[in-house]
Amino acid sequence: MKVRLALTVNGESREVLAPVHKTLLEVLREDLGLTGTKHGCELGECGTCTVLVDGEPVLSCLALPVAIEGRAITTIEGMAEGGELHPLQQAFAELGAAQCGYCTPGILLTAQALLDETPTPTRDEIKEALAGNLCRCTGYTKILDAVELASMRMGARK
Amino acid sequence: MSPPSVIGQPISRVDGRSKVTGAAKYAAEFDPGPRLGHGVVVTSTIAGGVIATIDTAAAETAAGVVAVLTHRNAPKLPYREHKADVDPEDGERLHVLQDDRVHHHGQPVALVVANTFEQATHGASLVRVTYHEEPALTDFGQAETRAVPPGARREDGGHPGETRRGNADAALAAAAVRVVAEYVIPREQHNPIELHATIAAWEDVTLTLWDKTQWVDNVRDEMAAVFGIPIENVRVVSPFGGGAFGSALRPWPHVTLAAMAARHVDRPVKIVLTRRQMYGSTGYRPHTVQRVALGAERTGRLVALHHEGIAETSTYEQYTESLLDATRLLYSCPNVTTRYRVAPMNVNTPTPMRAPGEASGLFALECAMDELAVALDMDPVQLRVRNDAERDEDADLPFSSRALRECFRVGAERFGWERRDPRPTSMRDTSGRLVGYGCASATYPVSVEAASARVQLLVDGSAIVSSAASDMGPGTYTSMTQVAAETLGLPLHRVTFELGDTRMPTAPVHGGSITMASVGSAVQAACTKARRQAFARAKRPSADLVEVLRQLDYSVDVTVHNEPDDAADHYSMHAFGAVFAEVVVDAALGTVRVPRIVGAYGAGRIINPKTAHSQAIGGMVMGIGMALLEHTVVDARSGRVVNSDLAGYLVPVNADVRDLEAIFVDEHDPHVNPLGVKGVAEITLVGVAAAIANAVHHATGRRVRELPITAEKLV
Ligand code: FES
Ligand code: FES
Repeated sequence: MKVRLALTVNGESREVLAPVHKTLLEVLREDLGLTGTKHGCELGECGTCTVLVDGEPVLSCLALPVAIEGRAITTIEGMAEGGELHPLQQAFAELGAAQCGYCTPGILLTAQALLDETPTPTRDEIKEALAGNLCRCTGYTKILDAVELASMRMGARK
Repeated sequence: MSPPSVIGQPISRVDGRSKVTGAAKYAAEFDPGPRLGHGVVVTSTIAGGVIATIDTAAAETAAGVVAVLTHRNAPKLPYREHKADVDPEDGERLHVLQDDRVHHHGQPVALVVANTFEQATHGASLVRVTYHEEPALTDFGQAETRAVPPGARREDGGHPGETRRGNADAALAAAAVRVVAEYVIPREQHNPIELHATIAAWEDVTLTLWDKTQWVDNVRDEMAAVFGIPIENVRVVSPFGGGAFGSALRPWPHVTLAAMAARHVDRPVKIVLTRRQMYGSTGYRPHTVQRVALGAERTGRLVALHHEGIAETSTYEQYTESLLDATRLLYSCPNVTTRYRVAPMNVNTPTPMRAPGEASGLFALECAMDELAVALDMDPVQLRVRNDAERDEDADLPFSSRALRECFRVGAERFGWERRDPRPTSMRDTSGRLVGYGCASATYPVSVEAASARVQLLVDGSAIVSSAASDMGPGTYTSMTQVAAETLGLPLHRVTFELGDTRMPTAPVHGGSITMASVGSAVQAACTKARRQAFARAKRPSADLVEVLRQLDYSVDVTVHNEPDDAADHYSMHAFGAVFAEVVVDAALGTVRVPRIVGAYGAGRIINPKTAHSQAIGGMVMGIGMALLEHTVVDARSGRVVNSDLAGYLVPVNADVRDLEAIFVDEHDPHVNPLGVKGVAEITLVGVAAAIANAVHHATGRRVRELPITAEKLV
């Protein structure tokens, strides 16, 4: 049974006709063409499908769109504002925190939620926040460095 | 004036922006049009036998299902002979849905194609298969007793069953000090974060595939052979790969399935394997059991080295790897025997996983060297330095360059090895936990393959350089842009490098750390030629290429095919390294942490220290995984992988990672290739697990010879 879903994605209203049980991950990737949200396990184990719902990280492979109608969904495509990269994106690109880049969108959004909440996190807080995001390429250190760098730059800007 | 050198500079990735914005497109993300069908694979639940019945009625009538393919109705494909470097020399790939035979648990037995992924998944769950089960060999302990020497001969690039230099048995019997031990490594899975995926679309007689692959040209060649069509009729596109580490070297059955289904239903078909399915169909590092015997004089000089290893393989292909190769050349030793056996089992075929062979073989050898150091009461670094080889005693060739001693010197100093109290259990941290220091040697061969590159110099002063190479993550786009910019004498922003399309000039497989040397050399050669042509056509003399290009009426377009020279006939070419690890062990709980690893590598010229360093750290972390976590658990009774997901198969998470440092020692190697590069992808994994295991012994006095080193092995 298909239902009409009214979703708010990256500030835009989007209508989708989809079965109730279709996951947010599939709706984003297949119906809305927002392939920046990645697909690594569909079991809630890798974190690569993370998006923000009202600013909170959510595993889109486990989320049902019906349950979040009307709430603000942010995907990686909505992270840069007006073509200007978010400081996190900038730092990840600069430090080489993205190798193959497949875990990157999920990690960036999770980190964004962290910095929104805790603008100057400790290394341990960063690790804690990103504990559910797997990366098989980078060995994580550059990712943690990049979050620290972004946090520093954002603090300096204020 | 030419711009300052960009080779050797820590340039940020040129594809960084596309990766942080979600713009980079991976295989499953291409849009072949609105009629896309989704394929979901049904896999076998037995390890050996034949399919008795296969009931597809319910699936066929389920909503949205377009077709169900089984061996009954699947088109018979020509499967013409095709063997690439990445295919085992002996045996034949699975011919998917061509007959009722089941060779292993997890083998594709049907494919459901539907309008959406959900419908196809539901349809797949409705397919009922029954089997006539036959006795299957799924227990390694049993298979081991029937292991055979590899069939492929060494001259054909095979890995030999036996090699002998001097008389190891006699020397061992006479040796003053002996160490004999057995080491076990379980099956390990690459687990790239991106799932394997393929989209296939036919247009008339031509096939286009968007595929996760480390070698577009070979996917094209194999599909042409499987479908019996000319290679010109196949195009394979793969601009980005979400990691692979070897799992995407070969096209697996799902690639053929996607193309078969797309032709059958006459619309494009996408197949994304599930994480679980990847354990049964995209290869793995084989389970190995190795025995090492070392004999030495009291001074520490090695007099005998015996190394044997048995590895699992499938019944239909004989996968072999360089398990014992490094043993024959890493140290100077007059008496060396190696013995290699493979045990065919009812499993899917293994495949190279990062540093295939060396990662496993050197775990055994380097742990044994540590045991020898203990037996000799000698410092483990000193033992390795004492046995350093001046030349490759196996090939009887000089090394093109070898920085092993230098790596141990630099690494030990950086690590603070002199603080090590050699007595096991003698060191503690401030909270009273046991601390251990361990080290190991690392090495990985350097190879160069033929490759081609095209350079277009445009009249606006920019350049487009292309080659059908891949970038699974290491930074091919960036390093090739650097080589091209430097050779052309153009600033970086004027150069665009493109890859991952069979329409581009041919490139070898993106694996075995050969991309930089092979494709890099082709890019360099093509750029040199293009630059020369541009200047030859210049209307007014100028030293500046941009100025020259702006005078031209039409662009310069050259393609160069670069063959490696004969350096490999005259030199033994390898990267070398030294790995140092610190562990902290909680004696009560048996938990091991790795607060620190320092690796020093002689890997030739480093084109981009930033990407190389990042790749090296990634290699070390995979080494931590190998040492402490990674283990594909196979049920010996059924051949089923028990932990086929990321909750059951543990890979390192960021909490497992503390201080990691990779140092590249200065190394100028004029022989390996014109760029002087050796590659860093594989060697940075080699030796890590041994260094950690040796550190665990130093911390606890316990020698764990079976990976991974989990708590229950220490308490
Ligand atoms: S795809 Fe959602 S957690 Fe892995
Ligand atoms: S960069 Fe490849 S998985 Fe993280």
